[in-house]
Amino acid sequence: MTDGTTETGETGRLDAAELRRRTADLLAAHPPADTAPLDFLRARFDAGLAWVHFPRGLGGLDAPRALQAVVDAELEAAGAPDNDPRRIGIGLGMAAPTILRFGTDEQKQRFLRPLWTGEEAWCQLFSEPGAGSDLAALATSAVRDEDGTGWVVDGQKVWTSSAHLARWAILIARTDPDLPKHRGITYFVCDMTDPGVEVRPLRQITGEAEFNEVFLTGVRIPDAHRLGAVGEGWKVAQTTLMNERVAIGGARQPREGGMIGVAARAWRERPEARTHDLHQRLLRHWVDAEVARLTGERLRQQLAKGHPGPEGSGMKLAFARLAQQISGWEVEFLGEDGLAYDDWTLRRPEGVDFTGRQAGYRYLRAKGNSIEGGTSEVLLNIVAERVLGLPPEPRTDKDVAWKDLPR
Amino acid sequence: MTAPSGAAAPTEPAPAQPGADPDLLYTEPEEDLRAAVRSLLADRGGPAAVLADLESGRAYDTGLWRPLAADMGTAGLLVPEKLGGQGASAREAAVVLEELGRAVAPVPYLTSAVLAVTALLGCETDRPEVTAPLAALAEGRSVGVLAVPLPTAPGTLPEPAVRADADGALSGEVTGVADGAAADVLLVPADGPYGYALYAVDAAADGVRVAPGVPLDLTRVPARITLDRAAGRLLAGQDTARAAVTGALLTGAGLLASEQLGIAEWCLAETVRHTAQRTQFGRPVGSFQALKHRMAALWLDVASARAAARNAADALATGSPDAPVAVAVAQAYCAPVAVRAAEECVQLHGGIGMTWEHPAHLFLKRAKADEIALGTPGRHRAALAELVDIPAP
Repeated sequence: MTDGTTETGETGRLDAAELRRRTADLLAAHPPADTAPLDFLRARFDAGLAWVHFPRGLGGLDAPRALQAVVDAELEAAGAPDNDPRRIGIGLGMAAPTILRFGTDEQKQRFLRPLWTGEEAWCQLFSEPGAGSDLAALATSAVRDEDGTGWVVDGQKVWTSSAHLARWAILIARTDPDLPKHRGITYFVCDMTDPGVEVRPLRQITGEAEFNEVFLTGVRIPDAHRLGAVGEGWKVAQTTLMNERVAIGGARQPREGGMIGVAARAWRERPEARTHDLHQRLLRHWVDAEVARLTGERLRQQLAKGHPGPEGSGMKLAFARLAQQISGWEVEFLGEDGLAYDDWTLRRPEGVDFTGRQAGYRYLRAKGNSIEGGTSEVLLNIVAERVLGLPPEPRTDKDVAWKDLPR
Repeated sequence: MTAPSGAAAPTEPAPAQPGADPDLLYTEPEEDLRAAVRSLLADRGGPAAVLADLESGRAYDTGLWRPLAADMGTAGLLVPEKLGGQGASAREAAVVLEELGRAVAPVPYLTSAVLAVTALLGCETDRPEVTAPLAALAEGRSVGVLAVPLPTAPGTLPEPAVRADADGALSGEVTGVADGAAADVLLVPADGPYGYALYAVDAAADGVRVAPGVPLDLTRVPARITLDRAAGRLLAGQDTARAAVTGALLTGAGLLASEQLGIAEWCLAETVRHTAQRTQFGRPVGSFQALKHRMAALWLDVASARAAARNAADALATGSPDAPVAVAVAQAYCAPVAVRAAEECVQLHGGIGMTWEHPAHLFLKRAKADEIALGTPGRHRAALAELVDIPAP
């Protein structure tokens, strides 16, 4: 290795050529054809080519984030195994950036490598039956244990993807009910194999159980698994939530990608089902989908230039509205076939495919798009207050101790 | 270029993917140009001054047009330097139109610097009949208009209402010609010995009568142009003339999206400003969720309109084969956004929004007229149906 010679002097950051060279070194030392996938992924992490913008020693090289695409393209061309980011999306998209920002050195060393390689899946224990959009109203409690080395957690969480597959969870719990709701929360890493953790499938409108209810009864969490200071959990959770919204609806699309492509293909294949009304509506949806695609593209161009635009706050809103309108259109277009459903069997899919299965499923699943990851109503408030600078709604709960709030 | 109406539908199974990635951002020179235009418009007093000047009876704001078109050179942005222009592109012209939309400026930019200029650029630009009027328009020395009704959509070129005889004398009547009364030179499509042809006619020539109507949009006045054996100079004939006019309408429609974006931006910003200050029931009305959600939804539409308008401007600037799709998408999307923004602006201002003294009505009138101009959203969606293979039943 010739570390330093091709690095840009003053910032110490790597360029694309250097990353290509390091990728070639990795491929030479661990030829994908002769290497077990997990061994390759571990070697890739150790070479700093997992997420190049992460620090050295934690799967990265402190390189510009945009250069990850260079590494990914080289590895894909060489037929290297990937870490199935769809299956471990919660760990990659939410737990990892939070641990990186707020974790101790020990936590980073312990959690990040198996998280990235997919050896350990993660889930997120945030939402509760009594605290949805008002997430900070959560009631799950964490109390110091007898000898003061850890915590005992009791409560119920809901809408937990992958809880039945996860080894670890990020968890927020109330540690001081005497403080106003945002101030008495602490953020933990919860061991899903603890005997006090019970996971039950939550069957939803589609017949599937993508999500779970999680019951926490006397779950013991060592203080070493706390992320951030006691009482600072809300601030830590903001990092997780921001990353969640970026992850939803952020993928790059070709023209007629996603739901509109499915609808347009159906239109082309079934001339006998066409009506003038459906034609007019499909053209409107086509235009809306194309403009949403362009808006996302413009946002990506802004990010690449280092000037993130506020459009990100709105992309999820647009995505939800489009998915619901187009899938609703499609069921109607299919007429008699739209009356049928493919399968109501309770299944537990590992990931969700918004454009998967058939029209009835897509229609029902899209109803969740304006609820999950922040309801459209909450997002509109966020846009109004943070982007447009409109005055906040009056808050009656702000300075009241959580225990005194009506529930 | 969009085919004239009646042409066969495209045969390849669409959708055509856009070619190279469009650049949807603004460059630094574009931002500099925006700052210069914005500052000039602010010096002229903005929408309040437009309002004060409305009933002067002038065809356009000559005091604004000269510094904007001639001194700043914006009239020649689309014209190559060797033909007397700035050698810029539709991207820069789009930025000018955004600012003119934000100010509802009553100047013939869209009609002269975009429609008339692109029509001339579509003719053979080595002929003096073409280059002389082109240079005059590019330098802001004269104002030109393309004599077609403002609602004409690209791809729906009507048969001309004017006939030419063998001597080039033109007779007939064209209605709804935007900024017709502002024009020094009229570019007139006519039928005659050369088939479909494009002629230049001096507005001051014998046999030319220009009668402005009472318009919905007080800042862009359509006129009825009557020609009675008026002397025309032949600019182009047959296919060249058709392509020149269609190309002008396509460019005009694409860049109109940027004007609509500017209108929507002003309406949203002004509504946010007003509702954050206006107090009712003991609170700023902008703190009520019912109103906040409407403004937030509008913000998302405006942010999306910006992407659509930039995409159209970039496609026109780069001569992309995707330009007809990009323009149709931009018009189908941006026109309703501008109208809705202006309607919300009037509504959320309450009573003051209904008064003559508040400029909101200028934006509403311009937005509604722009929705009809150069093809309604419905016409652009119909064009898309063919372009992207979503055929009608």
